[in-house]
Amino acid sequence: MALLEVKNLHVAIDGKEILKGLDLTVNAGEVHAIMGPNGSGKSTLAYVLAGRDDYTPTAGEVRFDGKALFDMAPDERAAAGLFLAFQYPLEIPGVATMTFLRTALNAQRKKRGDAELSTPEFIKRVRELSGRLGIDQDMLRRAVNVGFSGGEKKRNEILQMALLEPRLAVLDETDSGLDIDALKIVADGVNSLRSPQRSFVVITHYQRLLSYIVPDIVHVLSGGRIVKTGGKELALELEARGYAEYQEEAAA
Amino acid sequence: MNAELTTIKTAAEAALADAFAAARDRLPGDDAVAARRDAAFDVFARAGLPHRRVEDWKYTDLRALMRDAKPLAPPPDAAAKARAKSAGAITGDVETRRLVFVDGAFVAELSDLAGLEPGLTVSTLAAALAAGDAALTAHLGKLAPANDVAVALNTALMGDGAVIRVTAGATIARPLQLLFVASERSAASFVRSVIVVERGARAMVIESHEGPPAVDYQVNAAVELFVGDQAHVDHVKLIGEGGDALHVSSLAVAVGARARFNSFSFVAGGAVVRNQLFLNFDGEGTVAAIRGASLLKGRQHADTTLVANHIAPACQSREVFKTVLDDEAHGVFQGRIIVRPHAQKTDGKMMTQALLLSERAEADNKPELEIFADDVQCGHGATAGALDDELKFYLMARGIPAAAAEALLIQAFLGEAIEGIEHAGLREALMEAVAAWLKARK
Repeated sequence: MALLEVKNLHVAIDGKEILKGLDLTVNAGEVHAIMGPNGSGKSTLAYVLAGRDDYTPTAGEVRFDGKALFDMAPDERAAAGLFLAFQYPLEIPGVATMTFLRTALNAQRKKRGDAELSTPEFIKRVRELSGRLGIDQDMLRRAVNVGFSGGEKKRNEILQMALLEPRLAVLDETDSGLDIDALKIVADGVNSLRSPQRSFVVITHYQRLLSYIVPDIVHVLSGGRIVKTGGKELALELEARGYAEYQEEAAA
Repeated sequence: MNAELTTIKTAAEAALADAFAAARDRLPGDDAVAARRDAAFDVFARAGLPHRRVEDWKYTDLRALMRDAKPLAPPPDAAAKARAKSAGAITGDVETRRLVFVDGAFVAELSDLAGLEPGLTVSTLAAALAAGDAALTAHLGKLAPANDVAVALNTALMGDGAVIRVTAGATIARPLQLLFVASERSAASFVRSVIVVERGARAMVIESHEGPPAVDYQVNAAVELFVGDQAHVDHVKLIGEGGDALHVSSLAVAVGARARFNSFSFVAGGAVVRNQLFLNFDGEGTVAAIRGASLLKGRQHADTTLVANHIAPACQSREVFKTVLDDEAHGVFQGRIIVRPHAQKTDGKMMTQALLLSERAEADNKPELEIFADDVQCGHGATAGALDDELKFYLMARGIPAAAAEALLIQAFLGEAIEGIEHAGLREALMEAVAAWLKARK
C-alpha cells in the first residue's frame, strides 16, 4: 500500500483554483522531487498536505497510510507521521526552542500512546541531533527562530524533523536562501534519515539540492498538475532546458 | 438658559452615605482623623460615584457598574477566620511573612509577627489610629490623591490595614505579604496601608486579594508607599477576587533619588476591578519598572489606570501591561506619563498589549504623554489583536493540539511581562497561575 496517495486533487485559495487535478503516489522509502516554475502550486501542495486552514480542497482525495487525510486536524496528521519543513519557518517570540521541541515531541508520543520522554533522555537526544546539524546550544535556549539567520531557521526545521522522526517529510524549498555549506549540512541531515520506512517529498525550484539529496522519482508540476514524471536525470534536464515547454503544455 | 442640574443619588451613593453616617463615630482615630474622614467623604458627596463623563473613569462607569453599596463588614467570626487559613495559594511555595486581613480586619492569629527582622516594624492601621501614632498621621494621606473618589471613599471609611516601616539600610529578605481575604459575607471592606521603606533599605511587598467565588462583596484597598533614596522596593499586587466581587484599589508611591522600584499587578479575579497606580518620581536617577498581566473571561471588567509623574530629572520608567481577554470580558488600560519642567533626561517607555481570544471581548487602551521638559525620551505603544493563526498552524503542524498551541502562545504573550518579576519563586508561581487559568479555559 502506498504511504501517500493523492488523487485528482483540486485546491482553491480565496476562491482561486491553484491545484487542478494533481495525482501523486509515494511509497514507503521513496524520495520524490517535485520541481516546477514559480506559481505552479508547489507550496500549495505542501500546505494542503499539512492542513493549513485557508487552503480548501474542492475535489479529489488524499490518503495517508490508508486514512483520509482531510479528516485529520494538522496536529493529528503530524502525530500520524506527516512532517512539513516550512519554506519560511515562523518566529515564535516568548517560546523557548527547547520547550517547543519538547511539547511537540511529547504531544505526538501521547497521541500515539507512547510514554513521554524523560527530561534527561530528551535533552540527550536534542544535543546529539543538534550537534550533527551544527546547531549550537545557545540557539536552543533562545525563542523559536527569533533572531536566527535564514540558514539557522532551515537547520532548525531539519532538527525538528530528525527529532520527530516522521514517516513522510515534505520539504518545501528547504534549499532557498542557503549557501553551499548550509545546503550540505541540511542534505546530510535528510540523507541520514533516509530509510526503507521513511519517505520524502522534496519541493524545489532548482536542481542544486537534488545533487545532494538524490531522488528516486522526479515530477514536474506546472499549472496545478503533474505534467511529467521521470527518474533523477529529469532534474538535470530541467536545469539545462528550463520550464518553458511545460508551462506551454500546462496552458494548452 | 441655564438649567440647574440636580443629581439624583443612585442607590449605591445613598447606601454609602448611610454607611458613613452610621460608622462615622466608631471608626478608629482621633478628632483630627475624623475631620479628615469628613473632608474625604465630602469629596465623594460632591462628585458622586464616577461615571463615563468623568474622563479618568470613561471606560469604567462605576455609577453603572456598582449597583449597590454593601454595608461595612462586621468583624470576622471564627468560621471566616478558619476558612482564611487556606488563603494565599496563588503565591505557591514562596515563603512570605503573612499579615492576614479577613473582611478588612487584621487577624493576629493567622499572621506571622514572630521574629521580625532587625529594622522591620509592623503594626495595624486600626491600632495606630487608635493610639494616635504620630508617625502614621504624618504619612497618611500624603501620597494618595485626595480628589480621586475611590481614594476619598477609602479615606472616609478606612477601618484597618498594615502599617509597615523598614528603617534605613535594612534588608528584609523575606517578602511581606498583605493577604486580604473576603469571607462569605456580602459586605464591604475599606483597607488602608502605609509602608515606609527608608533610605537604602530593601523590601518586597506582596499585596494579595481573594475571596469566595459567588459572593458579591466589595473591596476598596489603598496603599501609600514611601520609597526612600537608594532604597530598592518590589511591589506585587495579586487580584484574585471571587467572580462576583467588586474591587477598587489604589497604590500611591513616592520614590526618592537613585532608588529602584518595581511594581507588578496580576489581575485574574473579580467581576469589576479598578486597579489604580499613582507614581511620583521625587528624586533623580531612579529606575522603575511597572508591569502587569491580566487574564479576563466571562463578563469580567478590569481597568488598570496608571499615572507616572516625573518630577525629578533623569529617572527611567518602563511600563509593560498585557491583557488576555476571553468571552465577553472588557479590559481597560489608561496610562499617563507626565514629565514636569524640571524632569529633564527622563526616559519613559510604555507598552500595552491586548490579546483577544473572543470576538465579543473588548479592550480599550488610552496611553497619554504630557511632556513639559524639552530633553526627554518618551514613547508609548499599544496593540490589540487576536492569536496569530499562522503561529498556531506552525505549532499544530508539529503535533501540538489546538488548545495546547493556543496556551503556549498565550503564555508566551504574558511571559514578557511576568519575566520582569525579580523574585524567581513568585515568577514561577504566577506562570503556574496562568497555566491553571488556561487549563480551566476549555
